[in-house]
Amino acid sequence: MNKIVGKKIFSENVVGLDIEAPRIAKARKAGHFVIVRVDEKGERIPLTISSADSVKGTITLVIQKVGVSSRKLTSLEPGDTVLDIVGPLGQATHVENFGTVLACGGGVGVAPLLPIVEAMKKAGNKVISVIAARNKELLILEDQIREYSDEVIVLTDDGSYGRKGLITEGMEEVIAREKIDHAVIIGPGIMMKFASMVTKKHNIPSIASLNTIMVDGTGMCGACRVTVGGRTRFVCVDGPEFDAAEVDFDEMLMRLNGYKAEELKAAEEYSCKVANK
Amino acid sequence: MASINTDRTEYLRQERSAPWREELRKSKKNKERTDIHRVEMPSAPPMERARSYVEVNMGLTVEEAVVEASRCIDCPDPTCVQGCPVGVNIPKFIKNIERGEFLEAAKTLKDTNTLPAVCGRVCPQEKQCESNCFYKIKMNREPVAIGYLERFAADYEQNSGNISVPEVAPSNGRKVAVIGSGPAGLAFAGDMAKLGYEVHILEALHEIGGVLKYGIPEFRLPNKVVDVEIENLRKMGVKFETNFIVGKTATIDDLREEGFEGFFVASGAGLPRFMNIPGENLVGILSSNEYLTRVNLMGASHSGMDTPVVKGKRVVVVGGGNTAMDSVRTALRLGAEKATIVYRRSLEEMPARVEEVKHAMEEGVEFLTLCNPVEYIGNENGRVKQVRLQKMELGEPDADGRRSPVVVEGSEFLIDADTVVVSIGVSPNPLIPQSLPNLKVTRWKTLDVDPDTLQTSIPDIFAGGDIVRGGATVILAMGDGRKAAASMHEYLQNKQ
Repeated sequence: MNKIVGKKIFSENVVGLDIEAPRIAKARKAGHFVIVRVDEKGERIPLTISSADSVKGTITLVIQKVGVSSRKLTSLEPGDTVLDIVGPLGQATHVENFGTVLACGGGVGVAPLLPIVEAMKKAGNKVISVIAARNKELLILEDQIREYSDEVIVLTDDGSYGRKGLITEGMEEVIAREKIDHAVIIGPGIMMKFASMVTKKHNIPSIASLNTIMVDGTGMCGACRVTVGGRTRFVCVDGPEFDAAEVDFDEMLMRLNGYKAEELKAAEEYSCKVANK
Repeated sequence: MASINTDRTEYLRQERSAPWREELRKSKKNKERTDIHRVEMPSAPPMERARSYVEVNMGLTVEEAVVEASRCIDCPDPTCVQGCPVGVNIPKFIKNIERGEFLEAAKTLKDTNTLPAVCGRVCPQEKQCESNCFYKIKMNREPVAIGYLERFAADYEQNSGNISVPEVAPSNGRKVAVIGSGPAGLAFAGDMAKLGYEVHILEALHEIGGVLKYGIPEFRLPNKVVDVEIENLRKMGVKFETNFIVGKTATIDDLREEGFEGFFVASGAGLPRFMNIPGENLVGILSSNEYLTRVNLMGASHSGMDTPVVKGKRVVVVGGGNTAMDSVRTALRLGAEKATIVYRRSLEEMPARVEEVKHAMEEGVEFLTLCNPVEYIGNENGRVKQVRLQKMELGEPDADGRRSPVVVEGSEFLIDADTVVVSIGVSPNPLIPQSLPNLKVTRWKTLDVDPDTLQTSIPDIFAGGDIVRGGATVILAMGDGRKAAASMHEYLQNKQ
């Protein structure tokens, strides 16, 4: 079960894994995620399904190295197995023919954006994608995004690829020249906060796919709770997508830092352990 | 044991007239029996155990168990059995202990109880079997320690290396699925396997056991005790599949296509409630489910495990149930300098087991009763630093006879806390009802079932445990599992 059958290295820190999970591959829809536990000592972490092949029975996860679990995962090779994968979880993306859809992806968030872009295009939308990353190394899946987009704008913070600038600049440019009916925003918390401010300012209905701390991913603990429109919601069962204008991003960012000290310590210990091998 | 539906009373009477029972009764005068005092459960010293995960209750010795068993007078009409939700033949197992046939005692337990080592530890016997004991109801004295004896027999068998596997009927070639591997699902699976069904348990988490694994801590219920009982079910042919969420990984329709003819929904009440008061989403405030899952299921307290947990110095736990006691005692074991229970009623109304409250007090937990949080105050990093509490007083008894708390105006005060665990109850898990729009639910979001058969509004789907009752007990869940097995068996036989 959960055998890795393919590995794609996007850059030093970003890796894509194709993993056998036939039931999930068959049942998943755009917007769904899985919870993964690498080994017996592992924690449960949420990862959005980037794509799936229901014939081969595989799902693709794109992982950026940030802490212990993502390092463990990205170090796996074809033939290795992942101990536990459960899903598909969360509510699928609401897809319909909105008209013109602005798809905004930041960093590794482009991976979960991809199936949504594909679904939006297939539903008859005109899709304009704005993808951005800190630098060229972290920019992924551009070609695949292009395949399902009518237009793609690429930005990097440092100008190492595409245009130099933040995602919000690309968004403003598109919004200034045409009517946008719907926007989808996926990326790091801080990027989603500012991207949402742009769509809110222009009264564009938009959804953000939130990435919070999770444990079980089935609604039984509330670790992932966020305030949306003044109400507490659980990202794992009510989300992960919410009306971007209603999300309290500052609270979400604050909660994401809840275990920062422990995470740093664990990552350090893990690096030492790997280095000593 | 294909005789689930036989007349229980008649059966008990027949068993009571077995020659060895007659002989045992004659061996001692009732007066001698009733003169014996109830055994005390030995426990680890409070200050030592409060900093470790050793099991608090240490169990009875052989000698203690035999003496306690001889207190039972083997009543002609054993009222204790009526107090047991799974109908254990209590006098028979106790008399087996008295005569030294401990493995026979364990076998008797397993005739009707899939998880005796668990029930002997976590059942609220004072509200069930023991509250119906002759000593209690006729003599107003301390009841026979049925729970301790159950645990003794089950542990004796587990340690003997000679574990009996209940007899299983030949396969009838029919497949049934259980959704959830908590106590209700395990009890159901045990009975259905005995009847010859191919039982598949589908569990959403990566471990089998439900609340027995993620909820109840090691110091009250060691995981290895649960694992032995699960292994027993495996030996009976029950199949387990983890990481499987019915409604997401596959639908009920998918499973019907795969040949499953009956479904038992035992997905529990795992959805934590919050109070929706200001500051509740600050860092350091978490549900007891999250807190206990991190520690019990994910092993966050052990070094080398990847899952972290907040280790507060001043921990406040809000609530008065067993989960609150488990959380506050876990806080001590994680190194809290001060661990406090905040409960809005008084000590007498606390729903937690008397024994757990006593243990918590011995370990140094502070109790702030008749208090309720109204707001959480955070520091500049968004981490909780104080709780604003409000004093309460008890008003008139409500419809259930419980006196409801009333706010004392102008009584607010602040206490310090760097971690808060909210343990005010749980709601039914919504995953199954969400995936089956035709399934009838009550206004409390529990599944609507026929109280006699536990059948839902969809004929091949039965349900029991907390998904039907809301947050209740392990043993009631197991009782539902047994009842659902009997009625699903009947349903499937008629369908054929």
